[in-house]
Amino acid sequence: MSGPAKVLIAKPGLDGHDQGAKVVARALLDAGFEVHYTGLRQSPEAVAQTALEEDVDVIGLSSLAGSHLPFCRRLKELIDEMGLADKLWIIGGNIPAQDVAALEGIGLDGVFATGSKLQDITDFIKERLP
Amino acid sequence: MTVSNSESKPVINESGIEIKPVYTADDVAEAMNGEAIGLPGEYPFVRGIHPLMYRRRPWTMRQYAGFGNPHETNQRFKYLIENGQTGLNVAFDLPTQIGLDSDDAMSIGEVGRVGMAVDSLRDFEIAFDGIDLDKITVSLTINGAATTLIAMYLAMAEKRGYDIRNLRGTAQNDILKEFIGRGTWVFPVDASIKLVGDTIEYCAEHAPKYSPVSICGYHIRESGCNPVQEMAYAFCIGKAYIDEALARGLDVDEFASRLSFNFDIFGNLFEQVAKFRAGRGLWARILREDYGAKDPRSMVMRMIAGGGGGGLALEQPEVNIVRGAYYALISALSGTQTMALCSYDEAYTIPTEYSARISLRTMQVLIEEMGLCDTVDPMAGSYYMETLTAQMQEKMREVMADVDDRGGIVKLVAEGLVQADVSAQAYETHQGIESGDIRKVGVNCYRIEEEEREVEFHPYDEADGEMQIESLQQIKAARDDGAVATELDRVQGAAEAGDNVMPAIMAAVKSYATVGEITGRLTDVYGRFEEPVRF
Repeated sequence: MSGPAKVLIAKPGLDGHDQGAKVVARALLDAGFEVHYTGLRQSPEAVAQTALEEDVDVIGLSSLAGSHLPFCRRLKELIDEMGLADKLWIIGGNIPAQDVAALEGIGLDGVFATGSKLQDITDFIKERLP
Repeated sequence: MTVSNSESKPVINESGIEIKPVYTADDVAEAMNGEAIGLPGEYPFVRGIHPLMYRRRPWTMRQYAGFGNPHETNQRFKYLIENGQTGLNVAFDLPTQIGLDSDDAMSIGEVGRVGMAVDSLRDFEIAFDGIDLDKITVSLTINGAATTLIAMYLAMAEKRGYDIRNLRGTAQNDILKEFIGRGTWVFPVDASIKLVGDTIEYCAEHAPKYSPVSICGYHIRESGCNPVQEMAYAFCIGKAYIDEALARGLDVDEFASRLSFNFDIFGNLFEQVAKFRAGRGLWARILREDYGAKDPRSMVMRMIAGGGGGGLALEQPEVNIVRGAYYALISALSGTQTMALCSYDEAYTIPTEYSARISLRTMQVLIEEMGLCDTVDPMAGSYYMETLTAQMQEKMREVMADVDDRGGIVKLVAEGLVQADVSAQAYETHQGIESGDIRKVGVNCYRIEEEEREVEFHPYDEADGEMQIESLQQIKAARDDGAVATELDRVQGAAEAGDNVMPAIMAAVKSYATVGEITGRLTDVYGRFEEPVRF
């Protein structure tokens, strides 16, 4: 791969808690990645469209208010339609343990619940990217 | 034996103040520079806003609650009241908070999830049914859509026969902090401040006992700032609202007594107590010296203080019950008017009945068993506490001066600069916790192998959302569409003319116009906030 890998950090849905997303974005930047942060209130359509336009290598979501499952189900359809299925897809935030299997079933490659270390996230991306 | 500072590693609190191993009367004298500590209930109110404080009556217990549809929320309210809660703190779902109806495409999956869904006045009639609004004061955690929700609350009370001139209650309605943390903004910054001004002006005239704004340091602290900045940013924001109200020709003493505050508690116990004592003194001085307030009630920093979500941990969650108890103790030692505690499961979900009751009992133990109501400001006179209080106040002044030097809080928020400062600090704190420099029990020390356990969650039921949409459709079918259209035109007309929109919104909610319809007319005029995206 030429140049640093590019990571999209998106805030899905109406949730306004963006501290975690911004902290992760800074950590990714410090770890040498290029980061595109969307800001708040992204629809699944907007996330997929941005991922396509920005030609990112990783799609990262930050969800704190509980609507991750319906959001990811819809995003998965768009990812498939738009040919983004080969991108690394991760989510972080307030994700209860009982939802991890469902998220992996939808197609998430990595789930980083609150309490995950920043290094775990950056290492995961480095290991998994070709 | 004397201990010099050099013999031990320096201890510096979160606000950047170096803590000495031992304090004496000399430290107090130097820090206070001739100022007297004063008495509770007397300017500058460092020791409390009332001479007798909890000897007169304990703090109000007001747990944050609300979920699903208004029927379920009404049941939870009654449960909390039966268990001894003395105020209500209403949580709204995200669509309501940003002015969308439950049937909006953007509301899918969000209706009733993190709070109660509200579309029309009918929902408030149901939610507060059977609750005595004279005995139980109600706080509405609403910001972006505050004009409409305040109007709905006043209209609901009026319909039930209350004289709104005597109605007490609070709306959060602090939009500037929503741009910094929490994120439920709707309109651009200038229009948002104009709307806050409308509510202050309307309430000063029609509902003078209602508190239309609760200025929140809380969410800025939760977003990553330190305790001194929490207070300083809140005071800068409070001044912006005061300036807006003064620009309309109001006298400061007509409305300043109805401004209240919402602050966060987690971290070092002594730093927290000093923070509140210092803040009370500074706010009183700002009101008297900068604004020429004459009524002492205009000068007092009334507050809700508690929460502490930022201090809770996902690991070993039962330890959060202990943390919550200390936060409640800090809040009581700090002379709060109202207390709300995050429940131990709040790091995961909205509280269950069980965890909400534990929070309530935590506060009741302090009142009934621990003697926290026996005497006012029990920390007063401690060499350490008085020195730290004076030092924290000085630091707050420095932060406020810096904000003014950089162009003022409104400009810094509109450009995303406060947000960037706060998020840089959040990153530093996070790194400190990961490296172990900032100790967090159960997180980076005293860890145990924990099995992945299924926590008992407050369930989210998609059927609640469907029921809410059905009820919205019924309201729309039953109301007089012509009347609704006329009232909505008036709302838009008032906004276009630059008039106070509150009278028109009051009339509109009484015609059962919805939150989404009213907000839509306002965005037609004002537009929407465009977030300066930076991190």
